[in-house]
Amino acid sequence: MTEQTVRAPQTVTRAPRTRAEGEEAYLEVTDLHVQFPTADGRVQAVQGLSYSLPLRRTLAIVGESGSGKSVSSMAILGLHDRKSTWISGSIKVGGKEVVGMSEKDLMSYRGADAAMIFQDPQSSLHPFFTIGDQITESYRAHHNVSKRAAKARAVDMLGRVGIPNPSRRVDQYPHEFSGGMRQRAMIAMALVNDPKLLIADEPTTALDVTVQAQILDLIADLQRDFGSAVVFITHDLGVVAEIADDILVMYGGNAVEHGPVEKILGAPLHPYSWGLLESIPAVSGTPGPLHPIPGSPPSLLAMPSGCAFHPRCEFRDRVGGDLCRTLKPELIPRTADQGRTSRCHLKEPDKVFETEVLPRLP
Amino acid sequence: MTTTTEKSGIKRVEGAPLLELNDVKMHFRAKGEGLLARGTKWVQAVDGVSLSVQPGETLGLVGESGCGKSTTARLITRLLEPTAGEIKYQGVDIAHMSERKLRPYRREIQLIFQDPYSSLNPRHTVGTIVGTALRTHGMVPKGGELKRVQELLEVVGLNPEHYNRYPHEFSGGQRQRIGIARALAARPKIIVADEPVSALDVSIQAQVMNLLENLRKELGIAFVFIAHDLGVVRHFCDRVAVMYLGRMVEEGPRDALYETPQHPYTQALLSAVPDIGVVRGVPPKHRIRLVGDVPSPVDPPSGCRFRTRCWKAEDICATADPALERKPVGDTVVACHFAEPPVESIVAEAV
Repeated sequence: MTEQTVRAPQTVTRAPRTRAEGEEAYLEVTDLHVQFPTADGRVQAVQGLSYSLPLRRTLAIVGESGSGKSVSSMAILGLHDRKSTWISGSIKVGGKEVVGMSEKDLMSYRGADAAMIFQDPQSSLHPFFTIGDQITESYRAHHNVSKRAAKARAVDMLGRVGIPNPSRRVDQYPHEFSGGMRQRAMIAMALVNDPKLLIADEPTTALDVTVQAQILDLIADLQRDFGSAVVFITHDLGVVAEIADDILVMYGGNAVEHGPVEKILGAPLHPYSWGLLESIPAVSGTPGPLHPIPGSPPSLLAMPSGCAFHPRCEFRDRVGGDLCRTLKPELIPRTADQGRTSRCHLKEPDKVFETEVLPRLP
Repeated sequence: MTTTTEKSGIKRVEGAPLLELNDVKMHFRAKGEGLLARGTKWVQAVDGVSLSVQPGETLGLVGESGCGKSTTARLITRLLEPTAGEIKYQGVDIAHMSERKLRPYRREIQLIFQDPYSSLNPRHTVGTIVGTALRTHGMVPKGGELKRVQELLEVVGLNPEHYNRYPHEFSGGQRQRIGIARALAARPKIIVADEPVSALDVSIQAQVMNLLENLRKELGIAFVFIAHDLGVVRHFCDRVAVMYLGRMVEEGPRDALYETPQHPYTQALLSAVPDIGVVRGVPPKHRIRLVGDVPSPVDPPSGCRFRTRCWKAEDICATADPALERKPVGDTVVACHFAEPPVESIVAEAV
């Protein structure tokens, strides 16, 4: 047998993120409330959400179903039906106020200033139109150009998102694309008008893990090239750790913790964040037992009094004066570190984490 | 080998594993195009899978969508009749057994489904759903059906007083518990769980995982646990098998498979999992980038099915199909001509 040369795999290592500091906020959400009146009462989907995000930064919004993470992001694009939704507060994107914007202004705002990538590329692409048709439609909605020029732009975009042979692919239908390719096509469609704000709502949840890795790389690369701000909605903390600068943890329609990702995932201060970390089995290290959060998330029709998390919180009895049951905590800095905030009455949460929670993480 | 017949009518070969699959194949007919479709094509969903499970053991099946793991679940539970191969339960081949003869086996091999919304009849109460399983298998005890249903609900952590409620009155995690109670009603020896926690939120997922783990410890039930989440499988399983395009590419004890995977595909798969450890100072791992997409199962590549995306592929890979076998080094069995443990640690070290 001849001496065999075993080739090495093509590997990539995700570079550690360098955070763009001191930038002015491009997206600014202030005291956002979103409510849906229903026959059973008013669903309080988002209850006073505030955050801001500069260009070139990625914010991950993390939470379980019903935490308000998707509802708040749809509000940023003005996607809620105004007849059946009650929205208050302010959402400013590049200085434009989105809450209360007219339908006509929304049409020119969506796509050009902010765009969205959805979870399921199968159902978010129209099966009757070619990929090219769908990309050129959104390009021509904002640019007064010929069909030919728009198609050239579509081919260019498909190439940029890594679709091989884009000039042939542009005339194909969504069913001729694989799941990962469809997600790439949707990203091309979202970015065709150079929006400065990209909202990605669970963009990789429906994808296999090897494809997910490619899409995460692609979003990070495009963000660097286009200099946009990215809001990344997910429930996968592993994904957050690899791609985000900041993280916002939501629970029952409220932000419960907000700050730089390495701090919040490395040493969180809110008992709900602790519960999340204790619920995730790791792929490396020694497998330990899981400590799930007891009970289930609250109904948005009948929110618990005081802190929304108190019925499931094992630390509520540490707080004196029955505060957790009676008073909703503010989202403010709880330790000497002013760069991170949390919504919990517990005293010295950093010490509680280190002595009690950290040793039992799986 | 001596064969004994149990009271339930199940035969059993002494010394045989609880469950054994030998070169099982499942080919589905693919629809041709047009009225004059000729030359029928076959989707080779599962093409030669062999595995065995001992009593009380948990085997994890992982792989990406379309690799045949769910089809394997349906073959083990005999919801599908295999095209070829043997499915042995306690040494008795049930691959082509008649529906009538299968009955007692169905009781011992139960299935938990992925979607707790579509796998429960919305017009039946929880009591009816679990009670039907009891009656179907003739498992109604002397104390009465209701008493046993309530016991089962308590075992899975539901309020036994809720037996007359409908599925829509429960949350996703609670519904999954109902599905588990239904599977337990038959007192199975093996449960095939097809993505049992992937539709659930993180905190609820951990609750259901702990429940399954307690059941395994207390009742000694064996599991075939199918999931795409490699962390979940690592947490739950004693042994893990990796599938790719209808074939098993690697199988072995959990720690060996996760720490020193030998098949290039296993290595690529593990390297792609995002790791929360990076925020705690674990250096980012080298991720193996696979070229192209998974080939179509209608027309899979000759020889090794992974060769079209493999960086080690040589001429032999296209001509000779590698057997799933033990190599001189490593603790896993692997189907690859060039299997070797990873050169550098691709799986991040624990902190």
